[in-house]
Amino acid sequence: MIVTNVENVPGKRIVEHFGIVQGSTVRAKHIGRDFMASLKNLVGGELKGYTELLSEAREESLERMKEQARRMGANAVVNVRFATSSVAQGAAELFAYGTAVRVE
Amino acid sequence: MLDFFIRYMDLLLPICLLVLGYIIGGMLERRHFRSLKARELRFLVLPAVTFRNMPGHETAKGELVMGSAVISVDYFKRFLAILRNIFGGRVSSYESLVDRARREAILRMKEQASRMGADIIVNMRIETSAIGNAANSRRSVGSVEAIAYGTALVPKRAEISGAASEI
Repeated sequence: MIVTNVENVPGKRIVEHFGIVQGSTVRAKHIGRDFMASLKNLVGGELKGYTELLSEAREESLERMKEQARRMGANAVVNVRFATSSVAQGAAELFAYGTAVRVE
Repeated sequence: MLDFFIRYMDLLLPICLLVLGYIIGGMLERRHFRSLKARELRFLVLPAVTFRNMPGHETAKGELVMGSAVISVDYFKRFLAILRNIFGGRVSSYESLVDRARREAILRMKEQASRMGADIIVNMRIETSAIGNAANSRRSVGSVEAIAYGTALVPKRAEISGAASEI
């Protein structure tokens, strides 16, 4: 499964379009991480726990999007976009969408 | 002495935190900027552009790459920003925060791309969101997440050796 965020797959020709595919996940942080983050908030700097959590979640949403594309019979997803929204206090939704296509 | 400390606890604690945030936070920030500069110099050979595609690039393979970073401000800068809220104007303490987050995210994306053997990243996008700040979500930004993503282009074999000899 090839994933790109341009309109085509570089070096390959698109032979069939399948339409939109999407994947999303909603994650909340656990208390331990939140506590560590609030300590780290005093001195500033990177909140490693959050970075990990969010990138894991983003991988998960990408994986779900790919799964949907696979079921459609596609072998690539083009023009992928990411969106993030906080649905509730302390929970974030990570969302990926793109167009499923088949390339040669 | 102890009596004095207990009596002025309410006042002393925030002051201690401010001093701690100012000294350690400032030190950490300067260190981060130094490391950013050094790594950016190293990745000058792998540019990231916002073009949709690269004319004349002999592409063997293209793949999505991304990088993200969550950065928070220190106690002292948060205090400054709250003061700034009264008068309005440029909040330079938050400017440096988003700058650090974006540059770090771009560098992580480039690291992933260089592991793939890419020589350019096209259609790069950056997004910033203020999630992950339950501790102080009511008023201020506190911490931001920046993600950078794009399509890394891996050149054909001949191109690699050609580009390497030029550099």
